[in-house]
Amino acid sequence: MKLFKSYKFRRILLNTIIYIILGIMCIIWVSPFIYLMLHSFRADGGVVTNDAVLPHRFTFQHYIELFAPSTDTSLNFPRWFMNTFVVACFSCVISTISVLAVSYAFSRLRFGIRKKLMNIAMILGMFPGFMTMIAIYYLLKIMGLDGNLIALVLCYSCGAGLGFQISKGFFDTIPRALDEAATIDGATKNQIFWKIILPMSKPIVVYTILTAFIGPWTDFILAKIIMGDKHDNYTVAIGLQMMKDPDHMTQWFQEFLAGSVVVAIPITLLFLKMQKYYVEGVTAGGVKG
Amino acid sequence: MTYVEYKQLNPFQRFAFNFKKIMKNLPRNIGRFFKTIGLAIAHFFIGIGKGFKNYGVTFVKGDWATKLSYVIFGFGDIHKGKYYKGILYFIIEVLYTLFMVFFGAEQLYWLPTLGTHERVVAYDDFGFETVVDEGQRSMLILLYGTLTVVVTIVVFAIYISNIKDAYRHQQMRERGEKPTSLKVDAREFLDGKYHITLLSFPILMIAVFNILPLIFMILIAFTNYHGFEHPTLFDWVGMVNFSNVFDVINSTQKANTFFSIAGWTLLWAFAATFSNYILGMIVALMINKKGIKFKGVFRTMFVITIAVPQFVSLLLMSQMLTQEGAFNILLGDLFNGGVNPKIDFLGGSAWGARLTVILVNCWVGIPYTILSMSGILMNIPEDLYESARIDGATPVKTFTKITLPYMIFVTTPQLITQFVGNINNFNVIFLLTGGKPANPDLYGAGDTDILVTWLYQLSMGEKKDYGLASAIGILVFIICATLSLIIYNNSKSMKDEEAFS
Repeated sequence: MKLFKSYKFRRILLNTIIYIILGIMCIIWVSPFIYLMLHSFRADGGVVTNDAVLPHRFTFQHYIELFAPSTDTSLNFPRWFMNTFVVACFSCVISTISVLAVSYAFSRLRFGIRKKLMNIAMILGMFPGFMTMIAIYYLLKIMGLDGNLIALVLCYSCGAGLGFQISKGFFDTIPRALDEAATIDGATKNQIFWKIILPMSKPIVVYTILTAFIGPWTDFILAKIIMGDKHDNYTVAIGLQMMKDPDHMTQWFQEFLAGSVVVAIPITLLFLKMQKYYVEGVTAGGVKG
Repeated sequence: MTYVEYKQLNPFQRFAFNFKKIMKNLPRNIGRFFKTIGLAIAHFFIGIGKGFKNYGVTFVKGDWATKLSYVIFGFGDIHKGKYYKGILYFIIEVLYTLFMVFFGAEQLYWLPTLGTHERVVAYDDFGFETVVDEGQRSMLILLYGTLTVVVTIVVFAIYISNIKDAYRHQQMRERGEKPTSLKVDAREFLDGKYHITLLSFPILMIAVFNILPLIFMILIAFTNYHGFEHPTLFDWVGMVNFSNVFDVINSTQKANTFFSIAGWTLLWAFAATFSNYILGMIVALMINKKGIKFKGVFRTMFVITIAVPQFVSLLLMSQMLTQEGAFNILLGDLFNGGVNPKIDFLGGSAWGARLTVILVNCWVGIPYTILSMSGILMNIPEDLYESARIDGATPVKTFTKITLPYMIFVTTPQLITQFVGNINNFNVIFLLTGGKPANPDLYGAGDTDILVTWLYQLSMGEKKDYGLASAIGILVFIICATLSLIIYNNSKSMKDEEAFS
């Protein structure tokens, strides 16, 4: 009885229970991804249906199939991967520039219509994004860009300026005294932006770049609408989604798993990196200066 | 009630008290909300009135060159020696005139009727069709018409600025000043007018790819446009799409569908938000408890779920939940003696699928809560705990009196944002069930469809109804905007924007 009442014993007991609960939860959370990894290497069966959760034999065949498709024509994963990479690079550059420009203007500059523009941006953000899909599709069709990768770059980077809140929040925390001191020394607003604010904002710049880069890899709606049946210009997201269609599922299910692994690993690593910069950007801003 | 009295209440009484307070303030907040909107509209019209007044006053006071720039853009500027700007204004006028003559005027002419010429096809003796008249396409007329209106508004703004500029230069000449040179002006764009330099490019892109499509789709909500190919012509129908949705008295299929889906959407948003919030908070507290090691490892494990793209993790989940999927096999191995029970988690009964979706959403959403909560937990000032310990508080006491109130206080706004986010949570529903199980009673929707996925089904699915889809989009916007405005009106962070700087 005495043991049970002792503070130390109770603490150890409580901690053990917590470790067990956390351990079980971790298993629940991570096991689908382990399942994904294991089955992308599974050798037996090949079709969706199999009667065991864990595979018995392993092979690299599906990865080879993915990157060097032997027979089929419409499955062209390397091409999709390159498409996505190119789109991601271009839209990343454009969106980073827009986001930083907009957030700097709203955070550090004071002009008449600033509040109004910010309200408009907020209102625009409240419309469901899918509402404009049809209009964007027709707009691109008129421009002759449907089924074209340029269209994707435009779509991903054009709205980027509306997502200025996080980096604006960061710029807001940099003391205004810095700007004032620089202005007294004769710096223009342009010089302040490039020479003072940007060098101080590395975390948020990296965060913005990474978010913009990840976006095209994960979008599967707009890309699908714009590309339609042009399999050559697919991005990985819609490519993988197509492989998981009921029509193609029996044939390509394991290639789908392998492709998911190939896409998920770099994105996951980038995201973990971005997370660090995000936390750094949000928490460190206040101490600066 | 005084502060001391409040502190003496037990948690339930406090909750009741706070709830009463919120309810009591609700009319006032809603009133304030409408007052804000009313004031905004009033300001708008006052602004227009002022604009008209200035327009007249400038004309009366202006000299002949200023008066002439009411007709010829930039004339005043050129007359006063500001050549480059005047010429720019003039070029814009010429371009706009050409645009209107060769393109815009026709679009505006057809805009009220959205076109009348049907596509005419003639058949010869062998049944081959030849197109006699291509006919008009209402969709294109509407799109080009919207474009023309937007361009006209922009040009009108330029026109007004041209008049203002002409008058300003006239006043400058009267004071004996010279207009600034191009070089000085260009330098000004890097300093005093730097916001124009920074914002013009993003705003142009947003205008073309966000605002123009948005106006177009809002207009579509007032037409009977159905789908891609079928009708080339459609008409304005006024509020029919909205009244169809709210036609409760006749209980039409559309109205029934809307109310059933809207109810499920709210239930879904509520369940998803609170399940994530409460469970996420518990896990975050466990991870961040003192004496627990490997905090980083646990956190990373959970973050992986966020990091993996949702289309991968959710498509995987939807496959694992099928009748032949991993879950059924696992359940069979564990409880059913190796026989697959073949439960159809996502396609079986409506409520089964809904429950599954909410559970899977926990799997997706809890890590987000853990991340944000961990940040907050680490920010609770340590000296609070220290002084509590010195005063002899037990761990349970410190938790209920310090940790919990602090967390709830800090995360309440986030909770409401998440609620709005869940109303718009497209990915989880679309990738997991795609709206299934199918329900023939609903108009183009399934049992798990929420408003935004229904919108998607109506614009991309088999039963196309663009007009209705746009109307739903507008309704979702109204719901979200009302919720957000009430939050923003009451939250401090919007007002204290400059607190740090």
